[in-house]
Amino acid sequence: MLVITPAQRDAMIATCIRALPDEGCGLLLGAADEVSDVVASPNVAASAKVYEIDPKVLLRSFRRADDEGLEVLGVFHSHTHSPAYPSPTDVRQAPDPQWHYVLVSLASVPAQLRSYSIVDGEVSEEEVRVREVTA
Amino acid sequence: MSALLRIPTVLRPAMDGQSTIDVEGSTIGAVLAQLTERYPAVRGQLLNDDGTLHRFLNVYVNDDDVRYLGGVDAPVADRDEITLLPAVAGGAW
Repeated sequence: MLVITPAQRDAMIATCIRALPDEGCGLLLGAADEVSDVVASPNVAASAKVYEIDPKVLLRSFRRADDEGLEVLGVFHSHTHSPAYPSPTDVRQAPDPQWHYVLVSLASVPAQLRSYSIVDGEVSEEEVRVREVTA
Repeated sequence: MSALLRIPTVLRPAMDGQSTIDVEGSTIGAVLAQLTERYPAVRGQLLNDDGTLHRFLNVYVNDDDVRYLGGVDAPVADRDEITLLPAVAGGAW
């Protein structure tokens, strides 16, 4: 399960819309299954078909996670014209079995956001709980 | 002379579970050669067959990406901090 706030969900979708026509992407920082920060990244692949997190954002996020006692929990990216399901490329390149892989599909309105774990090439969808924040 | 190498979580199982190790070598190539000698299982994730850096591996010396410092020829100084981070990438096909 992945726990996010409505603002974090909106931030992921907004990052992906801003990146159009390319895929958008970013990292998720937090602890356990709960996201504390959505870190948008430039897509250094600059493509509508592939994404790559900016290596500078990657280093900065891991350093920040270390400093603040957080973990890099996973990554989000968009599919601009296909469903929110990991592609064969996503599965092949999934680096960490502990990570949450969030897919944002902009193929339909409203955007779809789903999360998966990818372990040894095996894709399993997981629940995304949008935690309401009380003021 | 030694530098500190930070190991990403995905490579730790193949490297005795360590998160950091001390490494010797005056270039990134020398450091990685030493590493793959000690832990042959990780070679394919670090280097191509021709000894160049794997496309999907980011290597940093302190805050600098070694791609801009000469790749495997990038210099390593005493007490530098080397960080390995697999690229995070994918796509819609």
